[in-house]
Amino acid sequence: MKALVKAGVIVVGGWTLRRFLLPSGRQGRWQRGPLMRREPRWHVVTVKPARDELTPDSPLPEPLAGLGDAVEVQIRRAPADRGIELAVRLRDGAQSPVTAGTRRLAGRDPHQAIRAALREAKQLLETGEVLHPDSPPTTRTTAVNKPLQMATRQGRREGRL
Amino acid sequence: MKALLWQGVNELSVDEVPDPTMRNEQDAIIRVRKTATCGSDLHLLGGYVPFMERGDVLGHEFLGEVVEVGPQVRKHKVGDRVVVCSFVSCGHCWYCQQQQFSLCDNGNTNPAITEKVWGFAPGGCYGYSHALGGFAGSHAEYIRVPYADQGAFTVPDGVSDERALFASDAAPTGWMGADLGGVKAGDVVAVWGAGGVGQMAARAAVLLGAERVIIIDRYANRLQMAEKYLGVETLNYQTQDIGGELLERSGGRGPDVCIEAVGMESHSSGAQYLYDQVKQQLRLESDRPIAAREAIYHCRKGGSVFLLGVFANLVDKFPLGALMNKGLTLRGAQQHGHRYIPMLLERMARGELVTEHLATHTMPLDEAPQGYNMFKNKLDGCVRAVFEPAR
Repeated sequence: MKALVKAGVIVVGGWTLRRFLLPSGRQGRWQRGPLMRREPRWHVVTVKPARDELTPDSPLPEPLAGLGDAVEVQIRRAPADRGIELAVRLRDGAQSPVTAGTRRLAGRDPHQAIRAALREAKQLLETGEVLHPDSPPTTRTTAVNKPLQMATRQGRREGRL
Repeated sequence: MKALLWQGVNELSVDEVPDPTMRNEQDAIIRVRKTATCGSDLHLLGGYVPFMERGDVLGHEFLGEVVEVGPQVRKHKVGDRVVVCSFVSCGHCWYCQQQQFSLCDNGNTNPAITEKVWGFAPGGCYGYSHALGGFAGSHAEYIRVPYADQGAFTVPDGVSDERALFASDAAPTGWMGADLGGVKAGDVVAVWGAGGVGQMAARAAVLLGAERVIIIDRYANRLQMAEKYLGVETLNYQTQDIGGELLERSGGRGPDVCIEAVGMESHSSGAQYLYDQVKQQLRLESDRPIAAREAIYHCRKGGSVFLLGVFANLVDKFPLGALMNKGLTLRGAQQHGHRYIPMLLERMARGELVTEHLATHTMPLDEAPQGYNMFKNKLDGCVRAVFEPAR
């Protein structure tokens, strides 16, 4: 019985760890097949700039420019007058899932930086500023609040982009 | 400043919190004059939306006076009396340009939460959990209003605070249900729920030319209110056969447009209610969709159903067969208030749209926990409790 419980803990723990460490959309080594992407994914956002201020030749908005040579950027016109599609991906290939997971936990995953930069660039181009959350907060850090506060902090660099 | 804080499931307090500060150049700070309870707050209060932190300020339907504006605010100045749309929308993104303001791409500072749960993130909302941006709510002496030129609307001189307050949320939400539900002249319209939003949806249907408008609830005082102030027909589902009545009143066709204004904590008198209550309490479904099921069932073939009530996530026993085989159109949305508020204020000024009867109980902010208790339990005929922080 003890062995069964241990095995259960190991399986559930492993699954949880894997779910947590692997960002959504990435698969484990054993799932890699001919359909598995080997090159880094493009993160894309459609932007409706206030003015015609972004073309393939124009300088990038500050949040994206800050990513420097680590990323590749594409700018293309979106269909049906929706503005432009701004696409960014890491230049130097995929990382191992463990490295990516560790960096993600520490808030140093380059994909998180890309997502945050894309969101901020979109806001700057569309509204002229980046919307900040309320401050000072009316909540305090307590044992009950902490998990959601951590998820929210992390969440500003996450999402489907 | 004083504010009403969420302290846990069914636990509220009035406490001191830091004053809001300007965070962006398009912000304004508003001194709140009136702030209303809303049925959707009860989902937060009851713990059905698991993204609240202890200490969050509740409230999203409010009116007040501008006390500070950022350098990029052009339409408002200190001293303006404004009603503010409950949704935070930038006014510039593609969705805002399509007038789908509650879908704004830029109004939610925590988009990843709802992207994970729903696939994409709607805009932000005041006092409506960290899933919708974590913005402090209006049950406070002051509130920060981002994108103030977009979301704050100057109230015409002829419109009282009591009336204009509901241009913030209940009136535009109700209007949207009738408008996007496709109500047109000659239609028979049924509205489930005679709370503030349901009453506004029913009145909107009348003003859009519906032939008959029938509102359904179980509280006699709300139904009497609807007859008196909105000029609509009523049905009490605890004493009347809803299906039979709707058929009889629509020439056997069924209502052309069915508007659901109840949401995820729906009631009924049958076994269905017990089933949904058990499943919801065991967290086997997150929402009780009883009124939505009824709206789909009773709607005429080829008709339109609009969901105005707030749903959080998953429902059970959803009548997809009826929806598909009857060729219904099902839509829903959080309110696109920016699209309707100027027009609603004009109608309020002309006396076509009256709302002050919804505020059945007005009290100081210090009494807000008791106000929510009255509102939640429908005590003393409470339809909406309204708080006055300066009182």
